[in-house]
Amino acid sequence: MKVLYFAWLRERIGVGAEDVDAGGAATVADLIETLKGRDARYAAAFGDLSAVRVALDQEQAELDASLAGAREVAFFPPVTGG
Amino acid sequence: MSIRVQTEDFDVGAEVAELTAGRADIGAIVTFTGLVRDHAGSGGGAELIAAMELEHYPGMTEKALAEIEAEAHQRWPLQATTIIHRFGRLSPGDRIVLVVAASAHRQAAFDAAAFLMDYLKTRAPFWKKEETPDGGRWVDARCEDDAAAERWRKG
Repeated sequence: MKVLYFAWLRERIGVGAEDVDAGGAATVADLIETLKGRDARYAAAFGDLSAVRVALDQEQAELDASLAGAREVAFFPPVTGG
Repeated sequence: MSIRVQTEDFDVGAEVAELTAGRADIGAIVTFTGLVRDHAGSGGGAELIAAMELEHYPGMTEKALAEIEAEAHQRWPLQATTIIHRFGRLSPGDRIVLVVAASAHRQAAFDAAAFLMDYLKTRAPFWKKEETPDGGRWVDARCEDDAAAERWRKG
């Protein structure tokens, strides 16, 4: 699936978008655990999950949401527009 | 209903003129314009900001704004609305966001404009990074904004 990162998550991880083989990840939280296992950059970016929001196919979702059917997962901090 | 996400500046007067052109049923227009402040935070004496970089999530941004706009039209008898949000590099004093709400009467226009801004600030995927003398810093979400959006919850 396509995984996108925005704002300081993008900066900490070092990429804005990548294709990820989610493997056995059933939920967003599973996917985060998989990513955190990759290297220190991901572990740092996902160190404080209270500061991380997620969207599945461009709709806001919860961290325990199922990944079933999702094609695009985006991680970002709480929004600060306006 | 009109939504634009763009790097270019906008002209508030021109947007209002376009919205009202050729019609006389609109009795009230409320516009809100957000500008880049030159200081971080809300109080005086805070850090000086040289510039601001606005990032967004193309695709989801337009979708989120369309949902917010549609909800405003469900809640109030609006004849027209416009939402414009800029992204990219902005300087202090630059316009960032415009919300226009048009209705037959003022209360719906006032309320809808406030609702659109409160929901935009908490639901539209934009992120601000301030350039300060100490380097770049991502702006933190404010709980006051969550509280402002919360007051529109039904029931």
